[in-house]
Amino acid sequence: MALIDLANPSRFRALADTLLPWLGIATIVAFGVGLDQALRAPDDYQQGATVKIMFLHVPSAWLSMMAWGLMSAAALGTLVWRHPLADVAAKAAAPLGAAFTLLCLVTGSLWGRPMWGTYWVWDARLTSELVLFLMYLGVMALWQTIEDPTRAARAVAVLTLVGAIDLPIIKFSVDWWNTLHQPASVFRVGGSTIDASLLAPLFVMAIAFTLLFFTLHLAAMRNEIMRRRVRTLMMLQAQAAGGH
Amino acid sequence: MRLSGSDLACFRGGRQVLSGVSFVIEAGEALLVLGPNGVGKSTLLRLVAGLAPRSGGTLALDGGDAELSIAEQTHYLGHLDALKPSLTVDENLTFWSRFLGGGEGTQAALAAVGLAGIAQLPAAYLSAGQRRRLSIARLIIIKRPLWLLDEPTTALDAAAQAQLAGLMREHLAGGGLILAAAHGPIGLAAAKELRLGGAQ
Amino acid sequence: MNALAALFARDIRLAIRVGGGALIGVLFFLIVVTLVPFALGPDLALLARVGPAILWLGALLASLLTLDRLLAIDHEDGSLDLILTAPVTLELTVAVKALAHWLTTGLPLVLAAPFLGLLLNLDPTATGAVALTLLVGTPALTFLGLVGAAVTVALRRGGLLVAVLVLPLTVPVLIFGVAASNAAIVGPLRFGTPFSILCGIALVCLVVGTLATAAALRHAMD
Repeated sequence: MALIDLANPSRFRALADTLLPWLGIATIVAFGVGLDQALRAPDDYQQGATVKIMFLHVPSAWLSMMAWGLMSAAALGTLVWRHPLADVAAKAAAPLGAAFTLLCLVTGSLWGRPMWGTYWVWDARLTSELVLFLMYLGVMALWQTIEDPTRAARAVAVLTLVGAIDLPIIKFSVDWWNTLHQPASVFRVGGSTIDASLLAPLFVMAIAFTLLFFTLHLAAMRNEIMRRRVRTLMMLQAQAAGGH
Repeated sequence: MRLSGSDLACFRGGRQVLSGVSFVIEAGEALLVLGPNGVGKSTLLRLVAGLAPRSGGTLALDGGDAELSIAEQTHYLGHLDALKPSLTVDENLTFWSRFLGGGEGTQAALAAVGLAGIAQLPAAYLSAGQRRRLSIARLIIIKRPLWLLDEPTTALDAAAQAQLAGLMREHLAGGGLILAAAHGPIGLAAAKELRLGGAQ
Repeated sequence: MNALAALFARDIRLAIRVGGGALIGVLFFLIVVTLVPFALGPDLALLARVGPAILWLGALLASLLTLDRLLAIDHEDGSLDLILTAPVTLELTVAVKALAHWLTTGLPLVLAAPFLGLLLNLDPTATGAVALTLLVGTPALTFLGLVGAAVTVALRRGGLLVAVLVLPLTVPVLIFGVAASNAAIVGPLRFGTPFSILCGIALVCLVVGTLATAAALRHAMD
C-alpha cells in the first residue's frame, strides 16, 4: 500500500482500525516485559531503588523529542508535499508530545528530589525539557485558536519547523547558562554511565513507550479525521438548510 | 404611541452628519429613510437608538413606557448581527431573548424564520442570509414597540424578504412603529418617506 | 436577574469554548515565570527570595493581556449596541462580565500559582501567602483592566495600549500584594497589615472599575 493510498482519509481509517488492536496488544506485552525486568533489576548503590524512575524518565525524554521530530516531518509534508494527512498527524502528535514531556518533567523532579532536597532545581536538561513543554503547549494553543484546519495546519507547520531549528540552539544555550552559574553539575540524570544490568530493561521500556506513542497517535489521528468529517457535515447541513 | 423628532442634529467624527431632521411616526406607521450613501441614514437610526450623540433638536416617544428610555423600547437591527460564532443558533437567540426581556419560545421564532432545522449548529456555519434571519428572529421573540431597521433586506433572498415584509405588516397592525433606512422599497407599500440628502 | 444570569452563563461559555479559553493566560503566566531564571540565573536562594514578586508580576501581565479583547469583540460584532438597549443597568452588566472574566482567567492564575511556586523553590507558607494575595488582587486587576479595555474599545489595536494605560493604576495592588506575601515569609510586618490594605484597595478598584467602565462604554458610542 503506497503512501499515496494513505492519503485517502477513509482508507486510512480502515487501516487504522485494523492496526490499532495489534498495536495495543504489542504495547501491553512490551510494558509487561519491561516492567517485569525493571522491577527485577538491581538497585543503584548510591540512589537505591529510586534509580528505577529512570525507566520512565529516560524513555519519556526520548519520546518528547521524537514527537517534535514527527511533527517537523509532518510539517514538511504539509508545506512541501501537501500530503493531506500530514497535518492530521501533526495535530495528533502535539498533545502526546506535551504529555510525554510533562511525564519527563514530573519523573525527573521526583527522581531528583531525594538528592536536591527540593522538587525543582534549574538543572540544564530538565530546564530544556521545560522550554520544550512550553513550545508544545504553544503549538496546541495555535491549533485551537485558528478555526479553519487547513490554515491552522500551515501556520503550525511553520512554527514547528522554526522550533525544530531553534531546539538545538535552546539546548546549547541552556547548558551554557547552567554551567555559567553552577560550575559543577548538581545532578546527572542517569548517572555517569548506565550499568549493563540496567540497559536491557531500559531498552525494553523504550520500545514499550514507543509502541504506546504510536498506538495513541494512530487513535488520535483517527479521531481527528472523524472530527473533521463532523465539521464538514455541519457545514453541509447549514448549506442544505438553504435560503440565502 | 408616537415618535417625533424635531430639528435633530448629530455632530460626530468632526463633522455635522445630520442637521435639521424632523419627522413624526404614529402608531401603525412606517417611515422609510432614503438617500444616497453616506448621507446619514444609519446615523439617524443610531441617534434614535441612543447609540449616536444628539447634538441638537428633540426626540420624544409619546405613549411609551415612562420608566424606560427610548433606547430600551427599540429594536435596533444594524449592519452587524451580534452573533457569537462559537455559540449555537439557539444559544445565541436564547441569550438575547433573556437579556433583552423577551419570551421563552425560541423554537417557534426560529421556525418562523426557517432556521429551526439548524438550531443546534454553531453560528459560525451560517451564511450571511441566515445570520440576518437569526437577527430577525430576535424581533419576533422580544416585543418592543419601535423597530429601527438599517437596510434590513440586505443578504435576504426574495422569499425571506417577503417574510420580513409580512412580519413588518403584523408589527404595524399591532400598533408598532417602524423607522427603516434603505436604498429602495422594502416591501411596505404604505410607508411614508423621508429623504435625506442635499447640502448639509 | 434572569438577564444577568444569562449574560454570566454566556460569557463563561464563550470563555471556555473560544481558542483554549482560560488556559492561555495560565500558559503565559508559566512562560513568564520560566523566563525569569534565565535572566537571573538558577540560584535557588535568590529565586525563593524574589519568588513572590515574580509570581505577582507574571499574574499581573497575564491578567491584563487577556482583557483587551473582552469588550472589543462585543463592539465589533454589534453586541455592545444591543447591550446598551437592554433594560439592564450597564453597571451591573459590566460587573457581571468582569466577574465571568475573572472566574475564567484570574482564578486559574491563582490556582496555578502554587505549582509555579514549586519551580521557584518557594516554601508552603510563601506559596500560600502569594496565592491568597493573588486571590484578592486578581479581581482588582480585572476590574481596573476593564477600564482600559473600555476606553480603547473602538480602537482596532487595543492590546498593548490597554496595558500601558492600566499598569500604572495597578501599582498599589502590586505593592501591597508583594508586601503581604513577603511579610508572611520574612516579616517584620505581620501579614495582616498589608493584606487588609490590599483588600481595601481591591474593593475600591471593584467599585471604581465598574463605574468607570460603564461611563467609558457610554461615551464610546459617540
